Amino acid sequence: MSCDDKVDCGRRRLLVATAAVGGVAGVAVAVPFVASMLPSERAKAAGAPVEVDISKLAPGEMMTVEWRGKPVWVINRTKEQLESLPKIDSQLADPKSEKNMQPDYAKNETRSIKPNILVAVGICTHLGCSPSEKFKTGAESGISADWPGGFFCPCHGSTFDLAGRVYKGKPAPDNLEIPPHMYLGDAKLVIGEDKKA
Amino acid sequence: MKKFLTAILFAPLLALAAGPELHLDRAPDKANDMAALQNGAKIFVNYCLNCHSASYMRYSRLKDIGLSDTQIRDNLLFTADKVGEPMKIAMQRAEAKAWFGVAPPDLTIITRARASEFGSGADWVYTYLRTFYRDETRPTGWNNVVFANVGMPHALWELQGEQAMGEDHKLKVVKPGKLKPQEFDAMVGDLVAYLKYMGEPVAEFRKQLGVIVLIFLTVFFVFAYALKREYWKDIH
Amino acid sequence: MSKMNAILQGTLNWVDERFPLTSLWKEHLAEYYAPKNFNFWYFFGSLALLVLVLQIVTGIVLTMHFKPDASLNASGVPVAFASVEYIMRDVPWGWLVRYMHSTGASAFFFVVYMHMFRGMLYGSYRKPRELIWIFGMIIFLALMAEAFFGYLLSWGQMSFWGAQVIVNLFSAIPFIGPDLSLWLRGDYVVGDATLNRFFAFHVIAVPMVLLGLVAAHIIALHEVGSNNPDGVEIKKKKDANGIPLDGIPFHPYYTVKDIVGVIVFLMVFSVILFFMPEFGGYFLEYNNFFPADPLVTPLHIAPVWYFTPYYSILRAVTYPLFGIDAKFWGVVAMGASTLIIALLPWLDRSPVKSIRYRGPLYKGFLTAFIASFLILGYLGMLGPTPVRTIVAQICSVIYFAFFLLMPIYSSLDKCQPEPDRVTSK
Repeated sequence: MSCDDKVDCGRRRLLVATAAVGGVAGVAVAVPFVASMLPSERAKAAGAPVEVDISKLAPGEMMTVEWRGKPVWVINRTKEQLESLPKIDSQLADPKSEKNMQPDYAKNETRSIKPNILVAVGICTHLGCSPSEKFKTGAESGISADWPGGFFCPCHGSTFDLAGRVYKGKPAPDNLEIPPHMYLGDAKLVIGEDKKA
Repeated sequence: MKKFLTAILFAPLLALAAGPELHLDRAPDKANDMAALQNGAKIFVNYCLNCHSASYMRYSRLKDIGLSDTQIRDNLLFTADKVGEPMKIAMQRAEAKAWFGVAPPDLTIITRARASEFGSGADWVYTYLRTFYRDETRPTGWNNVVFANVGMPHALWELQGEQAMGEDHKLKVVKPGKLKPQEFDAMVGDLVAYLKYMGEPVAEFRKQLGVIVLIFLTVFFVFAYALKREYWKDIH
Repeated sequence: MSKMNAILQGTLNWVDERFPLTSLWKEHLAEYYAPKNFNFWYFFGSLALLVLVLQIVTGIVLTMHFKPDASLNASGVPVAFASVEYIMRDVPWGWLVRYMHSTGASAFFFVVYMHMFRGMLYGSYRKPRELIWIFGMIIFLALMAEAFFGYLLSWGQMSFWGAQVIVNLFSAIPFIGPDLSLWLRGDYVVGDATLNRFFAFHVIAVPMVLLGLVAAHIIALHEVGSNNPDGVEIKKKKDANGIPLDGIPFHPYYTVKDIVGVIVFLMVFSVILFFMPEFGGYFLEYNNFFPADPLVTPLHIAPVWYFTPYYSILRAVTYPLFGIDAKFWGVVAMGASTLIIALLPWLDRSPVKSIRYRGPLYKGFLTAFIASFLILGYLGMLGPTPVRTIVAQICSVIYFAFFLLMPIYSSLDKCQPEPDRVTSK
């Protein structure tokens, strides 16, 4: 479409320019309205990092803490439990934690910062139920004779090991999420905040 | 010009209040003085937050006036565990009513609420806090020029000292406090500046954004008017 | 490029076969012929539509965060009041949306009063436009109701006590009054029940009614065509193609002109919003920054500025009649003062429509009417005194006289002849 007697060039240019300014105005006005739906200060405060005192958490014990409305498990794993982890790699869907279910500092064998302390979100990666603790090994657990200890989700039968890794052939596709966390000294764990942040 | 227009607008309100005429001192304008605002925050937290909540104000908002999370946590976080929480108080309203006759009001927006034809809300609070005087007939032993028979005792008496109401209806300091009168006035000025800020923390940003919006609209007007003229050339 | 055009044209054809899109566009915009002599007073219709959209959009955002709950939270503050401060501080850009809504409410009334005044200046209510005027009157009443319901929601001292006073007015109606008030409130005194139902009315019921009425208002207008400052019926002189000689297509001429009007409006709106949102206590009243307290009555209860003329008339009636309280007759007078405006099409017997061609009698009465309206408005903001009451009574008489005597003075008046074609005065 070239400018000729059919189309008034000056008028068209002015129209396009005004429409462009109007477009900018439109976007500028839209920003506050759209942004108002983002989490408010109240939501952000409620979702603030949680401090946990782990000085009294004995080996083999687990505590559950609430962060952003979700249960977070803090487990002090025993030496035996830690040693059992590499033995079951072949039964797991993602034994090396390739998928992004954890921060970089938890992309290791124990999926943790301190080898013995596991911090994991206690929500099954299938459809969101909270799995039950099954630390008893062997037939006592009711799962199988060679069960090394871990978690069992009652909703659809997914199982996770003591590093929160999901077993093969189960409905849950991913390992349990490891939330951002850090330590302030040996006794204080902060969930929801990273050292690098 | 804005003051003149506001004065005219206020004219009808002049006869509004069936209450007594009030003479209010002008609160100093320290809206952009970060040091004053921080000092005011300190005084508020130390002297007011025991009885008065500021429940719409989060401690973390104090970042506006140049304080870091650590500074807030170490020096000001008296009534909450986390910096993101609001400035609530422990005192129960029922207890407060029993002790003082009326529950101490929440102060978050007090400077917006106390505005009147006699002056701004900041002026009201500034004058109020400096005109307490001894009055043995009152349960607290204190009365106030701006708010007659108020239920609040003079929370800042240690700093101002004690004033008495003379026969000439003028206040006089009879027992000096830790601060000299000018120092006390400056401190109250800081506190009131903080209260004004707390009443609407976004006020300064609002005005800055207003300037940008008006500049943009002026540019838009130029284009739109040119476009209108261009099309209306066809008419007549 | 032309392939793109072909696709667009094809899509448009598909739609047109199923929905009158192009014909609606032509009938109401591109080939809707409006008089070419619209002046300043003709901006306010499109501005009213703009403010309506603004209030709805900001209202939707506010409703996401506001809580209509009169109970006290842990700090002893009513939840509704606290939720407004939550919007002002904790919701991203909440403060801007809130100020847009509060400034918009006052802007709405300013624009609507100017829009109605245009109608009075140029006789826009005259035949065949009576129905447009009636729809407009109902919109005005609905708007007042919307503002009244909305004002309670912030649950401040003025909100609470203003609602208490107005709902109590209904109890002045003989026989059914007290029960009516009880039914409106949902309780013995304005409280949580009242707050919640006013929320439902303000957010859903009245906006839907308003939207329907605005559609009817514009449809009725387009059926007969717009009036103009000369009061000339442009459809009387058409060219060979049936197009009014003094008409121009609404689009693009008035769309482009109205955009300029919108920008100027937004500039004034922005000055208020960004620099003086409280507007000296007229748009956001100071006492409303205190949460509602059923035990403490404010020293002075006044309605928001846009209601003050009618409030004045209400208070001006101080004599009982036929054994019924003055309070009731005040309500009657207040209602009559709003409804009588609807009768203008039948009260006005002048041979000409526009003030440009009317005589001195009408101009005198109109000036007196405007003066009395403004004085009544001013008095409504003040507390009553014996002198002020007499002034209000005189002004109320003038107000009603403008309407009730109009059949006489509008036909007696010496008018000038209305021109055939529009002028460019």
